[in-house]
Amino acid sequence: MGAIVNKDTKVIVQGITGHQGKFHSGEMVKFGTRVVAGTSPGKGGTELNGIPIFNTVKETLPLGPDATMIAVAAPFVMDAALEAIDAGIPTVYILTEHVPFHDTMEILYHCKRKGITLIGPNGPGITAVGECKIGIMPNHIFRKGDVAVASRSGTLTYEIVDAITRSGMGESNVIGLGGDPVVGMTFIDALKLFEADPNTKKIVLVGEIGGINEELAAEYIKEHVKKKVVAYIAGRSAPPGKRMGHAGAIVEGGRGTAESKIKAFNEAGVKVADYPADIAILLE
Amino acid sequence: MPQSRAGGFLNLYEYMGKQIFSKFGIPVPEGYVIHGPEEVRSMDKDVVVKSQILIGGRGKAGGIKFASNIDEARAAASTLLGTKIRGYSVNTLLVEEKLSIAKEYYVSISLNRTERKPLVMASVAGGVEIESVDPKKIATRIIDPLTGYSDYVGRELTGQLGLVPEEASQFRNFLKRLYEVFEAEDCELVEINPLVVTSSGKMVAADAKVVIDTDSLFKHTEYNVTDPEKTTLELEAQGKGYSFVEMDGDIGVIANGAGLTMATLDALTLHRGKPRNFLDLGGTDSVDTVVNAFELVMKANPKVILVNIFGGVTKCDTVATGITTAKTRLSIGKPIVVRLSGVREVEGREILQKDGIQAFSQMMPAIEAVVKAAGVN
Repeated sequence: MGAIVNKDTKVIVQGITGHQGKFHSGEMVKFGTRVVAGTSPGKGGTELNGIPIFNTVKETLPLGPDATMIAVAAPFVMDAALEAIDAGIPTVYILTEHVPFHDTMEILYHCKRKGITLIGPNGPGITAVGECKIGIMPNHIFRKGDVAVASRSGTLTYEIVDAITRSGMGESNVIGLGGDPVVGMTFIDALKLFEADPNTKKIVLVGEIGGINEELAAEYIKEHVKKKVVAYIAGRSAPPGKRMGHAGAIVEGGRGTAESKIKAFNEAGVKVADYPADIAILLE
Repeated sequence: MPQSRAGGFLNLYEYMGKQIFSKFGIPVPEGYVIHGPEEVRSMDKDVVVKSQILIGGRGKAGGIKFASNIDEARAAASTLLGTKIRGYSVNTLLVEEKLSIAKEYYVSISLNRTERKPLVMASVAGGVEIESVDPKKIATRIIDPLTGYSDYVGRELTGQLGLVPEEASQFRNFLKRLYEVFEAEDCELVEINPLVVTSSGKMVAADAKVVIDTDSLFKHTEYNVTDPEKTTLELEAQGKGYSFVEMDGDIGVIANGAGLTMATLDALTLHRGKPRNFLDLGGTDSVDTVVNAFELVMKANPKVILVNIFGGVTKCDTVATGITTAKTRLSIGKPIVVRLSGVREVEGREILQKDGIQAFSQMMPAIEAVVKAAGVN
């Protein structure tokens, strides 16, 4: 069983007729995800690759959705998220990039109020290998195994998962937390899930410059995590004051540096790889 | 204004911040904006002439001048306009009444990334950079988004600061309205430093720092400010929708995904290679996106170019076709080293090998090859 989602998880896609929604809902079905419905205002009653489309989330509730992927454009994310939260969908994942962080703060607050898990925005989603994929991670990189991965980036996660798979190991759960300054699930949330997950033996954290969530994760590991944890930190060569692609990836006033994160991890007994593929070596 | 794919934050000029403050009922000094000395108006009190540039410590850098009559004010304007202060051109001035300062306080509201909530900071030690103030003299308060700002938060803070009643009520009014600005304008930071208490006991926002989340600009189309810290090439890239950062090395870099691009720069640096740039191709399946990326990188005039792709949505054969197209169209004679892994990687590498371009399936051999091609020993 996956740590958040599993083979029984029923998923809806909000914005299923958009560019992202259309392509990735198809890929999710190929992965084996139970995509039970999609929404697209005005297109209710039609279907896409056999997936029924509704105008509203409320109309999908008889199908019993457990999770939603929100793939609408940034100006519409707030409304889509509130619709999902109001409907009480237990897991809300936002794929969209460029969501104003004030909107995310508000969405996050409403999720907390109703006990809803928020993943993202601006991350590749969540995969329980062999069971369920919600999001945009490439299907071909996984192999079922006991390594869980939580990451602030997309492609770099694939690079590292691919290295784990090529080394002969495999993954249990892979979670993309998102590259924004404010996101729902954090490293500590992921660590709690992974530590409790019987299918996970080892944990990989993929961090980057900006904020202090890696430092907080390191503190948490010292006290609460018995499983082996290794890490990679991107951005050690990034010039200060420059935003490196992700809105959250910036060293400001000497805070959020790679050095500080690597030091915190080392002090918590977490080995930090110099290169992404070296994660596989540290796991052995 | 073209929106950068990188997301980010937009610093507003002081005069723009003060216009917003005024709109929300925060007292600011009487003043007006000029672009030429002839626009200075007649005056019955002393004024301060302030360069509108986005740097801290403008006063010390010579960007602020005082005048007690119109001739002095015009002279100050003439001196300041057209000059460069720490590399930034002065094109706009704010002419304001000179305040009679009794005390200088500090107040700000910012995003606290750890709590993922707004953070209020207040201090009676204003007028200097807040980082240099003894933390014991700073009162801080995380705001719960459920309740938002309410007067009890202000009472807690003014109590901690030990303000006298007549100052405390004015300060709470500032806090309340500043929080309204923070929320309504999608700010990452609103800061008043100094918040002046005049000799007649009135509180006035003597400066205004307002930083807006660029991802919110679809709600705030009125802001049209070019980030002065971006280079010409960075601005061009932003207009074309690329996340692009110039660096001072000689290895041009194109990769996909912000994390992988950062990891590529890091790996080059650990191999004593010097990256010329950060360029995130993003998720694309378009040949033109690749060609346009090469055009940008070529303008940065690197010695060699490294392309590092982990294919998913981005197909390796599309990238390969983009690379060969760019090589021909832009007549690139410089060495290009490519790493293609993931969706359609074999097809991609074949396309490149036919064109004599070095293509690897893994990242580290590509890093080693490009560093060697750049002449690093």
